[in-house]
Amino acid sequence: MTDGGCALVTGGSRGIGAAISVSLASVGRPVAVNYRSDRDAAERVIADIEAGGGSAVALPGDVSRQEDVDALFGAAEERLGPVLVLVNNAGTRADGLSPQLRDDDWDQVLATNLSGPFRTTRRALGPMLRARHGRIVNIASIVGARANPGQSNYAASKAGLIGFTKTVAAEVARRGVTVNAVAPGLVETDMTEGVGRELLAAVPARRAGTPEEVAACVRFLASDEAAYVTGATLTVDGGLTA
Amino acid sequence: MSTTNAQQVEERLVEAIASFGPDASEVTRDATFEELDIDSLDLVELGQIAEDEFGVRIEPDDMKQMRTVGDAIDFVAARA
Repeated sequence: MTDGGCALVTGGSRGIGAAISVSLASVGRPVAVNYRSDRDAAERVIADIEAGGGSAVALPGDVSRQEDVDALFGAAEERLGPVLVLVNNAGTRADGLSPQLRDDDWDQVLATNLSGPFRTTRRALGPMLRARHGRIVNIASIVGARANPGQSNYAASKAGLIGFTKTVAAEVARRGVTVNAVAPGLVETDMTEGVGRELLAAVPARRAGTPEEVAACVRFLASDEAAYVTGATLTVDGGLTA
Repeated sequence: MSTTNAQQVEERLVEAIASFGPDASEVTRDATFEELDIDSLDLVELGQIAEDEFGVRIEPDDMKQMRTVGDAIDFVAARA
């Protein structure tokens, strides 16, 4: 990487986020690995990256809190340089059929999955616009476009994230900043454990995806080669929504 | 507000506006943003420069009132 910037991966300590952190570091990008609660997992990701010759720091913060977002960016900039790649990966679930969803279930999922990316994107864009270069990748979900009963809050957050992605992309495209989404289908992580088993039969590829397969797509969208791709949603689902 | 400050603000903002596209010779105090083809995203960036370099925050409502280069310079210089 020649732009002198770092990548910030929210929720970068586990699952898809950890794979993204490792993948970006593997192409020479210093990575700020954000975590909310699992410091040990974040430290393991840092150790993995350092073992591979990359550089990374673990930074705590809850993206649903503005003060945490400010502190997170401040620390990343101080330790690794300007954030020129932002991966909004932090996400949460609180499943239940709509008639039974509590306000908390709704609010918490929207706060983390949709308002969080808004706050981080808002904070990231200033330096990216001035650098005339930036990459924002939002981790959405096929549930943003396809029904999955029991996840109306999650679906709303991810559909919202895709809409947000498109509009921000159009706003900043002429400054060399791209904004894209990656929509994974069924991927083997802690977060998807126990859900979607019945979906497996419907996946044309007949298997779940791996975090590394999602990370490879993020790495592409974060690269210089993807300069003309913006406002797009790259679906990574083994053909499930084809 | 010192004279030096006002002059620094003017020089910096004119430089920034010129970097958005117009020829530097066109960026006069009386030139309107519309004439210079400076759009809302350019103004957002100008606001960030004002905030980062002079500590002056330009609220969206204030920004909407700014029509000319001079409007922006005076707003920032008065608060820098």
